[in-house]
Amino acid sequence: MDFLLNAATVNWSRGQFALTAMYHWIFVPLTIGLALIMAIMESVYVRTGDEKWKNISKFWQKLFGINFAIGIATGIILEFQFGTNWSNYSWFVGDIFGAPLAIEGIVAFFLEATFVSVMFFGWNRVSKGVHLLSTWMVFLGAVLSALWILIANAWMQYPVGMQFNPDTVRNEMVDFWAVALSPVAINKFLHTVFASLAVGASFVVGISAWYLLKKRHIDFSLKSIKLASIIGLITFVMLAYTGDGSAYEVSQKQPMKLAAMEGLYEGKEGAGLIMIGMLNPAKQSYDDNVDPYVFKLEIPKLLSLLGYRDLNAFVPGIKDIVDGGYTLQDGTTALSFEERKARGELAIKALADYQVAKKAEKEALNTGNSGAASIAAASAANHEIILRENYAHFGYGYLETGEDLIPDVPLTFYSFHIMVMIGMYFILFFIVVLYFLYKKDLRKTKWLLYVALWSIPLPYISGQLGWIVAEVGRQPWTIQDILPVDVAASALAPGHVITTFVMFALIFTALLIAAVTIMVKQIKKGPEGVVLESGTEIEG
Amino acid sequence: MITYEFLQKYWWFVMSLLGGLLVFLMFVQGGQSMLGSLSRKEDEKKLLVNTLGRKWEYTFTTLVVFGGAFFAAFPLFYSTSFGGAYWVWMIMLFSFVLQAVSYEFQSKPGNIFGPTTYRILLFLNGLIGTFLLGIIVASFFTGSEFTVGKGNIAGLGESGIVISQWQNPLMGLELLGNFRNISLGLAIFFLARTLASLFFINRLNHKTLEKRSHSFVIYNGIPFVVFFLVFLIWTLIAEGYAVNPQTGEVYLENMKYLNNFIEMPIVGVLFLLGVVSVLYGIINTIINSKFKKGIWFAGVGTVITVTMLLLVTGFNNTAYYPSSVDLQSSLTIYNSSSSYFTLSVMSVVSLFIPIVIAYIVFAWRSLEKKKIGLKEIETDGHSY
Repeated sequence: MDFLLNAATVNWSRGQFALTAMYHWIFVPLTIGLALIMAIMESVYVRTGDEKWKNISKFWQKLFGINFAIGIATGIILEFQFGTNWSNYSWFVGDIFGAPLAIEGIVAFFLEATFVSVMFFGWNRVSKGVHLLSTWMVFLGAVLSALWILIANAWMQYPVGMQFNPDTVRNEMVDFWAVALSPVAINKFLHTVFASLAVGASFVVGISAWYLLKKRHIDFSLKSIKLASIIGLITFVMLAYTGDGSAYEVSQKQPMKLAAMEGLYEGKEGAGLIMIGMLNPAKQSYDDNVDPYVFKLEIPKLLSLLGYRDLNAFVPGIKDIVDGGYTLQDGTTALSFEERKARGELAIKALADYQVAKKAEKEALNTGNSGAASIAAASAANHEIILRENYAHFGYGYLETGEDLIPDVPLTFYSFHIMVMIGMYFILFFIVVLYFLYKKDLRKTKWLLYVALWSIPLPYISGQLGWIVAEVGRQPWTIQDILPVDVAASALAPGHVITTFVMFALIFTALLIAAVTIMVKQIKKGPEGVVLESGTEIEG
Repeated sequence: MITYEFLQKYWWFVMSLLGGLLVFLMFVQGGQSMLGSLSRKEDEKKLLVNTLGRKWEYTFTTLVVFGGAFFAAFPLFYSTSFGGAYWVWMIMLFSFVLQAVSYEFQSKPGNIFGPTTYRILLFLNGLIGTFLLGIIVASFFTGSEFTVGKGNIAGLGESGIVISQWQNPLMGLELLGNFRNISLGLAIFFLARTLASLFFINRLNHKTLEKRSHSFVIYNGIPFVVFFLVFLIWTLIAEGYAVNPQTGEVYLENMKYLNNFIEMPIVGVLFLLGVVSVLYGIINTIINSKFKKGIWFAGVGTVITVTMLLLVTGFNNTAYYPSSVDLQSSLTIYNSSSSYFTLSVMSVVSLFIPIVIAYIVFAWRSLEKKKIGLKEIETDGHSY
């Protein structure tokens, strides 16, 4: 295709999206995670009437507020960016993609925004029960918001419930529930929400550990650690479970992503899962026969088992997916890239021919030439048939070579493996914390308190890595198999996008620094600071 | 049987209503733009920030929902306007990014940029947010320079693969060169400040600020009325973008928007009632210092007026987002909407809106039983 978008525009647009999404994802998980912890703490307060719990939840609420504000700031750009920087995308799939975004706004954002103000300002203005309800509504709003945006994201990875309309030149929704309840969406939602709870839990444990190290707020800290460790252990176990579900869905729906995650170039039956490994930088191309690994330690057959629920299943590698020829799960033979590209080009040409024929039909009808109109209509019908037969490969028609089909393997591979390692580490970490909390004296176990403190960044890192796996691993697609990034962007000269990229990079970095310094100051002040500041009772 | 056309009209009404609500809620931005002039002492500034700080999320959320609903209901507008008038939207959104942190961060210890920086950011959001929103709404009447070719993605376009293409290299900034656009931008800016003054009169428990707000109703109400009338009269007598219902062809029609008001008398009458209500809220506050309900009259009036203004851009065979360089590329509610199926799904979702309004009213009332003074800021548990 010689009419593709300027590569610099596409790359900077991708960069800007990644930048805003990654900044957004620094703040959102803690917002969701803290919301649950605050809500549980306040529930204990309302049940027992113990003011200490009120003060504890107020302290975490303060940190929540700082995070919430900057989460909103980074979030607004994400939504509008689909229009500003991904104009073709917005029309081509807006009929499906716009709905979850609008639902998110109507159902989730207002819930969050309304009740967050009751939660912040209502301590002396509404009853205890209404206040508690408001705190839970904030959590519910945050979770619902995650649900709808992840449904939207999942649909890009696994487009279902739609049909292409050649008249409007876009995909149109035909089954809402197929979109909303797709297995990819459900899994992604659960995995992401548990990841957020994990951030909240490790944050609360880490900060409380710091207080214990400083011998401040002992009771506050032990209460916080107790609750957060239980939530932490449960969420990390659930992360492993939903992570397995995600990997299964990826195997079925995005085999190229799975191959990149594992650095698997040559497919095999009974493929092993790499526990730890290093990729060979000398490997330049998928078919250069260079060994992709410098070393690897793998568990035999596990990848086949996880991906296909069968120890001996064939897992296609990158080369297999480009070259085709292997047997798919449904018994058919996989097409090669070249075959799919040819069919994609057929589909694109059929769409163009269809449009031309339809125009001719309209003109003929306008001039009263019914004979020419029916010939044009018949021609359009033929083109539509060709288009529909080949539409599953539509996006391949825009790609040039098999290499275009391959995401950045090292980035995907290392992101995936480090994410998994961090997850495994935390299961062990929370077991140890709970053991010392209940069987020993955690206050005196200084090394563990330091470990808890220095573990705070890890779930943030694994969350970012998880998104890298999901988003880099699916390249070149914005919509899997249908629309590559090169065709999805807006017609902007690169200079415009570079300018906004720099603007956002600067402002988000400045705001991140401000948020962190404010948080650190609040944490140093501790719970009394919060209570004193708000003019209510002082913790005993 | 609910027809496709009904759904398209219903969603244009929903978008118009959201637009009306958004303009009303911009009183928060109006208030932000007066932080430096209405309040003079630190405690006065703190009171204003905290009074507005309890409302800013409603405006912000309405803006986000306005965007999301446009995406879901009229995706071609989303791809054309956002991707084309790039700078107008980006600068406006950028100001909202700054707003979102400015309340929460400004008085917190450890805030490295100092409270003044955040108040300047709030001022900028107040100025830019209102003015640029007005520019964009005005372009629904005055037109923009873009082309749309749905076949472009299949290689039929002469200038590339993108369906919606902006034809002016200034990417939206050229809209600032049109005085009719500027007058609506300024009208919305001064309207937001007028509404903010009325809001303060209603909410504040602070004699000095209340008195000063009265003067601010005059200072801002007059320029608002002047700029609004300039825009309105110019628009009513100007050519408008009409659509031939038989062929879908777009053409310029003399006094199209005036004709729309006349041909849709309910819209016309409601528009007039909205304007009268706004003026009543303003004038009665000016002449009667005991009258504190001006915000309700002016607020409801604003919602109705803006809703009706937006309705005349989309109803009665009109192109709501016209292209001034290629009339046939203009967007109508029919050629830019989502499919019948998606609009139906979204219509079911829109049934949630009354529930949303109900809990907003509940929350608003429970937080606003008492007026806000300096004492309340200290005791409410969270302050900016």
